[in-house]
Amino acid sequence: MLERTGVPTPEQIREVTPPEEIMKAKPVAIIECFQKIPCDPCHTACPTGAILEFEDINDLPKIDWSKCTGCALCVAKCPGLAVFVVDMTYSDREAIVKLPYEFLPVPSRGEEVECLNREGKVVSKGKVLQVFEPFKDGTKVISVVVPKEFAMEIRHIRVVRKDG
Amino acid sequence: MKETDILVVGGGPAGLCAAIEAARAGARVLIIDDGLRLGGQLIKQTHKFFGSKDEYAGTRGFKIADVLLSELERYGDRVEAITNTTVTGYYTDDGVFGALTGEERYFKVKPKRAIIATGAYEKTIPVPNCDLPGVYGAGAVQTLMNVYGVKPGEKALMVGAGNIGLIISYQLAQAGVQVQAVVEAMPKIGGYLVHASKIRRIGIPIYTSHTIKEIHGKEHVEGATIVQIDERWEPISGTEKYIEADLICLAVGLSPLIELLWQAGCKMRYVPELGGYVPVRNREMRTSHPDFYVAGDAAAIEEASTAMIEGRIAGLCAAASLGYRPPDYEERLEGFWAQLERLRRGPVTEKIRQGLPKAMKEE
Repeated sequence: MLERTGVPTPEQIREVTPPEEIMKAKPVAIIECFQKIPCDPCHTACPTGAILEFEDINDLPKIDWSKCTGCALCVAKCPGLAVFVVDMTYSDREAIVKLPYEFLPVPSRGEEVECLNREGKVVSKGKVLQVFEPFKDGTKVISVVVPKEFAMEIRHIRVVRKDG
Repeated sequence: MKETDILVVGGGPAGLCAAIEAARAGARVLIIDDGLRLGGQLIKQTHKFFGSKDEYAGTRGFKIADVLLSELERYGDRVEAITNTTVTGYYTDDGVFGALTGEERYFKVKPKRAIIATGAYEKTIPVPNCDLPGVYGAGAVQTLMNVYGVKPGEKALMVGAGNIGLIISYQLAQAGVQVQAVVEAMPKIGGYLVHASKIRRIGIPIYTSHTIKEIHGKEHVEGATIVQIDERWEPISGTEKYIEADLICLAVGLSPLIELLWQAGCKMRYVPELGGYVPVRNREMRTSHPDFYVAGDAAAIEEASTAMIEGRIAGLCAAASLGYRPPDYEERLEGFWAQLERLRRGPVTEKIRQGLPKAMKEE
């Protein structure tokens, strides 16, 4: 379990995954925050009011997916790097995952990268669609196009360049 | 001999906030810090802070140091800071502190009040060969990387999965160091689980219920043997694993740094939930010695966010005790306590909530 391994269980992931009709309709934020810690920047970063105000700062975040636009400001803001945006509408076979990235080198648009799951295992290749840094604070948000079946597994990317 | 209203020992998050509040109230403040620049541990903290806007959530630690220093500059004429200087002792007969700049210049300070914001020291664990070059405390590794830009090794083994162990493992990976594993003797990860998930997804394994059995190497660390332990903390034979590493990083906990408070004769209590011996204090962060206040990790091993608020309480109250009582004193003090209570309300601070009443002075 998460407390022993650092990897959330499939059951925990299911609990924070939007219903299928929402996933099919638009990009949405998925908040993989499972421990009550005193923290609320995801709410203050949210421009649409989708991430609800915290009654107690130690509460787990709550999201109203009907208001979420998948803008990924929360992805860039979360100090725990625990928010991701998944867009299942990208194409028939591919989805977009927007994930936080704080490593070098920074991938270029169009670059092929390795995509890793929550355990750090490479599960597929992906193609970088966009790199942006909403708050200019060192946390980049990478949009990566991945096979749809891995969109709910891929949570990190690795740049692999032959010349190192 | 230097004289001042308030001496703040330690220019980290607690000390800087104490100085800001005291100077805001009108007191003259002298900060003495042993670092080359002010900011304490903040200057090497490249991760974003948790908390709310009031505690600079979402801002990286070293940026928070900049914010506090610019806030302090507003009171420029009332605040003096001396760096690269260790407060070496307190003499109860005349109320004088000794301080040493570098290793040469010794001087005395006589303040009316002292705020002890000295922080903490790192614990260590005895392991065969733990005196080999390549064995570091986590704080030193973070200083090398994030203050001086020095890569401390190529392959690292992290001992301890508290927040420090997890955060520094991530930063080692950012610096291009291969982190081979994090071992943690407890059955559960002690740090925030989001930090654990961050390092798992970049490929760093975490072994809970494991300890380091032996470090290997002749001139320098070459590797280590780790072993699983049972509920009674006994090694389980046959579970040994060899980990290749030239860097062993110990992140096995902190203890309050409180020698000056002992010297002053402050009443101390052993409160394991708060990290060891801590001074008894009241809601003003005033110790049993009326001239001594405390804030931050010296009061209890907690977060930088709570250290900053405690610092503000100590600074506000120490100034008020000298007659520098701002008109908003009461509401400010209540506000700081409300902020602390918000941060300490959740399950991750349960131990702190158990420990604090033991350290609060019975009135």
